[in-house]
Amino acid sequence: MSNSRTSAAFAWLQAAPLTAVFALFFVLPLALVVMVSFWQASEYELLPAFTAQNYLDVFTGCPVTADGDLCVTAKTYLSTLKFGVLTWLITALLGFAIAYFLAFHVQGTLMQTVLFIVCTVPFWTSNVIRMISWVPLLGRNGLVNQLLVGSGLVAEPVEWLLFSDFSVVLAFVHLYTMFMIVPIFNSMMRIDRSLIEAARDNGATPWQTVLHVVLPLCRTGLIIGSIFVLALVMGDFVTVGVMGGQQIASVGKVIQVQTSYLQFPMAAANAVILLAVVLLMIVALMRLVNLRKEL
Amino acid sequence: MSADLDPQTVTAALPLTDTPELNRRGFLRSAGAAGVAATGITGFPFVHAAEKVTLRYLGTAVNQDKAIAEKFEADTGIKIQYIPVTTDDVTKRAVTAPNSFDLIDTEYFSLKKIIPTGNLLGMDVKRIKNADKITSLFTKGEVAGKKVGDQGTAPKKVMYLPGATAKDFAKEPTQFMTLIPTVYNADTLGIRPDLIKRPISSWAELLNPEFKGKAAILNIPSIGIMDAAMVVEAMGLYKYPDKGNMTKKEIDLTIKTLIEAKKAGQFRALWKDFNESVNLMASGEVVIQSMWSPAVTAVRTKGIDCTFQPLKEGYRAWAAGFGVPKTTTGKKLDACYEFINWFLDGWAGAYLNRQGYYSAVLETAKAKMEAYEWAYWMEGKPAAQDIKSPNGDVLAKKGAVRDGGSYEARMGGIACWNAVMDENAYMVQKWNEFVAA
Repeated sequence: MSNSRTSAAFAWLQAAPLTAVFALFFVLPLALVVMVSFWQASEYELLPAFTAQNYLDVFTGCPVTADGDLCVTAKTYLSTLKFGVLTWLITALLGFAIAYFLAFHVQGTLMQTVLFIVCTVPFWTSNVIRMISWVPLLGRNGLVNQLLVGSGLVAEPVEWLLFSDFSVVLAFVHLYTMFMIVPIFNSMMRIDRSLIEAARDNGATPWQTVLHVVLPLCRTGLIIGSIFVLALVMGDFVTVGVMGGQQIASVGKVIQVQTSYLQFPMAAANAVILLAVVLLMIVALMRLVNLRKEL
Repeated sequence: MSADLDPQTVTAALPLTDTPELNRRGFLRSAGAAGVAATGITGFPFVHAAEKVTLRYLGTAVNQDKAIAEKFEADTGIKIQYIPVTTDDVTKRAVTAPNSFDLIDTEYFSLKKIIPTGNLLGMDVKRIKNADKITSLFTKGEVAGKKVGDQGTAPKKVMYLPGATAKDFAKEPTQFMTLIPTVYNADTLGIRPDLIKRPISSWAELLNPEFKGKAAILNIPSIGIMDAAMVVEAMGLYKYPDKGNMTKKEIDLTIKTLIEAKKAGQFRALWKDFNESVNLMASGEVVIQSMWSPAVTAVRTKGIDCTFQPLKEGYRAWAAGFGVPKTTTGKKLDACYEFINWFLDGWAGAYLNRQGYYSAVLETAKAKMEAYEWAYWMEGKPAAQDIKSPNGDVLAKKGAVRDGGSYEARMGGIACWNAVMDENAYMVQKWNEFVAA
């Protein structure tokens, strides 16, 4: 009895450091954000209060304003969601293809490692420099347009290459495909190769093998990658800002503008709503896979 | 006994005994040095005096020139550590984290937010050597004896504090200044004359459909709204009683005009950072946009034609200055005053004037500039020889005239100042609507 009590106490003690870190750096700040979202603010100070006004303000004119337009919040979330879905779709396809190539076609661990490192190249420079360098490539007088006009494919430079939905998605894909590749690759490496041989022996075509054997076994990796990509895109404001020419709204951007004007309660309310939306998405994804069992 | 001593052995023995003696002295010497070092660590004042002071200088990247910090360190031994953030973030940090810097370089309009927090210390005019030479634009709102536009947060409205630790502004000049002015300028539209190929003379051109997809406006709400207001007035849509302090209705109207233009595809991009505006203009993505003077200079040094176009409706002016948070005390406070005095002493002023800014104390800057430079930058005369930037790049060829002419012509043409409105929260909310539209 006393023995099991000491071991229980020991277990608590062992978990204590992590619990403390979580409480201090995650639970406490989060609680503060939720608390501040019910406060009020003047130009320069926070005024403790308990009001739902911030939440009401976020949803002013929702769902449809007097002019028949969608309200700002709905529009912003729809735009952010659109980027989320597009980026997720493209990174999932690309990530799966690249991981498949790395796991099944590349021979030898050394080569796999080298190619894997090549995939991390986009992360070798700073975020801002990386994005600014898209301008000379995609701009009105950029390389791509010079090529298109020079080869006679188009008469006028193509404008939608930069500062558009296209360029935002392009930058997201460039940045976040890595977050898909890693977990999918990890899942693929754990697939028992004899299963693939068995499929082939049973007369499955390569496509059938991928679709009915590899894909289901990579589900965990796909879902972990999806969580990464969706969470990153939903909270981003730098990429959307730079690649969208600051003309495309994102939830993160709205929060950033509000905090820089010291309207912390409004920003906190927006953050709480964003958190709720992202959590709902993750819960939905988690229903598709039992992470604890699969990892 | 002494007879036993052989003189030879004595002389031979001498060097032997001498060596440990030397060693002992050497030891004492190094022990002494160690003692000094130890007192240095414990912080005795006499050692402290020799210690280098580093000032953490919070401001925007536009004003944080490497050459200025290097020259100041060479002159005084005080190190400047730049903390470059955006205009909005300077204000945010002044309000929320006043102990994260020793010296702040901020715009006058942000004082309406900072001063009520009590985070800034009033600057003692008696400790500023050139205080009485600061241009009348700041102290009286006059250029060459003539009043200029004071819509918005004109510096004279927020220049003085009743006491060193006051939280509100003084109406009359006092011994305490909120900020010691450093640079100021009058902003207008930047254009690419080589791509527009016709004269531009009104703010209304920013929303002219002729430049559809080739215009930009800046995405700092409190400044962007003022540019938009200049456009609205120029288009004849509305005449604001005070552009710098709009009512909700006026904000609605201004934002509505912007949203309509945006939906029609007028803007190629919005910019927030000085470098972004340079990039947009230099790459030809944009041919007309709200711009800052040094950004125009930066485009020109790339050999690309760019004009800081004077417009008939006048300029939107801004001014920045140095302030000190209350958490800066003792040696660091002295170093701050030293830096500010150095800054007003001419070298930095001349440096800024050569970038197209204006310095707060003109006569000291004049002393550090060549006569032909002064004539070009300040008097609006044709350049007697090639005009070079502080880095040595040619900015204007011989015979060229500065955009906007002389100091009096330019600063006299101020229509309004960057501002914080009473309806600021509402304005930011509406601005977000514009960005989302």
